[in-house]
Amino acid sequence: MYRYDEFDHTMVKERVAEFAGQVRRRLAGELTEDEFKPLRLMNGLYLQLHAYMLRVAVPYGTLSSKQMRMLAHVARKYDKGYGHFTTRQNIQYHWPKLTDVPAILEELATVEMHAIQTSGNCIRNVTADQYAGVAAGEIDDPRIWSEILRQWSTFHPEYTFLPRKFKFAVTGHANDRAAIKVHDVGIVIVEGDDGKPAFDVYAGGGQGRTPMIAHLVGSKIPARDLLHFSDAIMRVYNMHGRRDNLFKARIKILVHALGPEEFARQVKEEFAKGGAGEDLKLPEGEIERIRAYFAPPAYETLPDNDAGYTQALVDNKAFALWARTNLAEHKVPGYAIVNVSLKPIGGTAGDASDAQMDVVADLAETYSFDEIRVTHEQNLVLPNVKKADLFEVWQRLAAADLATPNIGLISDMIVCPGLDYCDLANARSISIGQMISQRFADLDREHDIGELRVKISGCINACGHHHVGHIGILGVDKKGVENYQVSLGGSADENAAVGDIVGPAFTEDKIVWAIETIVETYLDRRQDGERFIDTYRRIGVDPFKETLYATA
Amino acid sequence: MAQHINKKARFHSVTANRLLDGEPVYLTKSNEWSEKLTDSAIADGKDEGAKLLVMAAQAVADQHIVNPYLFDVDVDDGAAAPISVREQIRAAGPTVRRDLGKQAS
Repeated sequence: MYRYDEFDHTMVKERVAEFAGQVRRRLAGELTEDEFKPLRLMNGLYLQLHAYMLRVAVPYGTLSSKQMRMLAHVARKYDKGYGHFTTRQNIQYHWPKLTDVPAILEELATVEMHAIQTSGNCIRNVTADQYAGVAAGEIDDPRIWSEILRQWSTFHPEYTFLPRKFKFAVTGHANDRAAIKVHDVGIVIVEGDDGKPAFDVYAGGGQGRTPMIAHLVGSKIPARDLLHFSDAIMRVYNMHGRRDNLFKARIKILVHALGPEEFARQVKEEFAKGGAGEDLKLPEGEIERIRAYFAPPAYETLPDNDAGYTQALVDNKAFALWARTNLAEHKVPGYAIVNVSLKPIGGTAGDASDAQMDVVADLAETYSFDEIRVTHEQNLVLPNVKKADLFEVWQRLAAADLATPNIGLISDMIVCPGLDYCDLANARSISIGQMISQRFADLDREHDIGELRVKISGCINACGHHHVGHIGILGVDKKGVENYQVSLGGSADENAAVGDIVGPAFTEDKIVWAIETIVETYLDRRQDGERFIDTYRRIGVDPFKETLYATA
Repeated sequence: MAQHINKKARFHSVTANRLLDGEPVYLTKSNEWSEKLTDSAIADGKDEGAKLLVMAAQAVADQHIVNPYLFDVDVDDGAAAPISVREQIRAAGPTVRRDLGKQAS
């Protein structure tokens, strides 16, 4: 894992002191709310319906056990005993007091954590594939390049007041688990012509009220040009991005307005100008220095099959069910990637109690080389577990209600906080997610339905990624009543697509029926081996419209 | 900022968040800020609503509250009752965590 150097320590420490001073001045009346608001937002502090909300950065979703224990400690000491993991691989606390925030940030700094780049019109905390460094078939570890992007973007003076927020995501794998194509900039590590890592760079993706899929604007960009090329994109955006209209300020609008080819041409032109380019060429030694932080841990040489594990699969049906969905293939023989579900049936997607965070920290320390990942689908990952330890890990996760065998299934939903917490929301999301989860509580049925990505947002800002859900649900306000618009066929993976709106919105008491009807329609129409998304792509939206609105 | 009053609605109250902890608070008849929505002063019509907002502005200047706004209420036995789901949730707490927020105490 990356360890702070003296510059990182100094920067974070100074930032904590600076914000403590700003809070002091606010409370003393030396700063008005209008003056204070942009300052608190630059430190991840929002004001929501019931209280303040503090968003803490988890750069590229990677945590150590010590850091996870600190997150548990903050939840226990300063909040209400839980935290909420988000689609940005961050964690949010929903109840901190303004007067406690400087102390929270000071405690977080002791484990190299902070709330920088979690809000505001800057380059936000970079996200990455949660299986970084461990997935079988990966070309290169995206954490190396994410960390380089982090160092470049943090407090970058040119990018502190962008037209709008700006999100990077990085993957090193052909299977996109990081939703690359719905980010402002999505980076896919590919093999360059010289056999070394290079980058396919996508720009102009995004969700919100104008969902768009990103376009390829640079192919096989050599590794040492990563920052120079990113800088060229940022400069074209910063120059031409609209500042007159909040809703048209994201880079996707610019890419769309110029056309992807023209945008790519301007980026190439900017890149060719040099600009700060030579200074931004990554020295080979520096790449290797950062790479060393992410060197693989000391794996044992093991046979890929473990007899005890294989026997446990035969003996214990619940364990076998969990292994089927919650494990992923590790690049090292004898190891597995363990997905820790934060989606218990009827629970709140992404929430973890302080005690659960401590359990995950303990398991990571004992069984996963001290590493934890946060996924953009609001789950956690133990990336390095020996197959021989899986049964023990499963038992301990199950005892903490962290082993629901539903990764990738219908109850593994992305759900934003919605109107239960969020100041921007029009409708509740969590309660809808809970009702759907309870309706499909029969796990055998869930497994029969197979992979199905349901994503729920409580407003058009789309924090719940509804546009790219196989089934997307958007909460809308209809004359003061919560209604839910459904879209189908969205996808956040390497075949990214924005879903099609199926028809008029459903009331709260009809939405679960609608989801069940959609699932039944799929089951009636599916052919052998088809997932929901495959069937949808084959038959289109009409059969679903018919069953949903036939009797209306 | 979102609009929290409907043109056709007659009765309004004023709410805000307390500066220190963000707690939703309500302006009372005696120009104090209560954590309970049922303590709210009720304005009958636009002009009375505007007067309440003037009172609230002083509490903003005094660093007691932030972001005051009018919202629609029904009058139920002399007390304000929120009409929108948003204000019902602010006045009680998350519907998915009955152990948290005002409803817990």
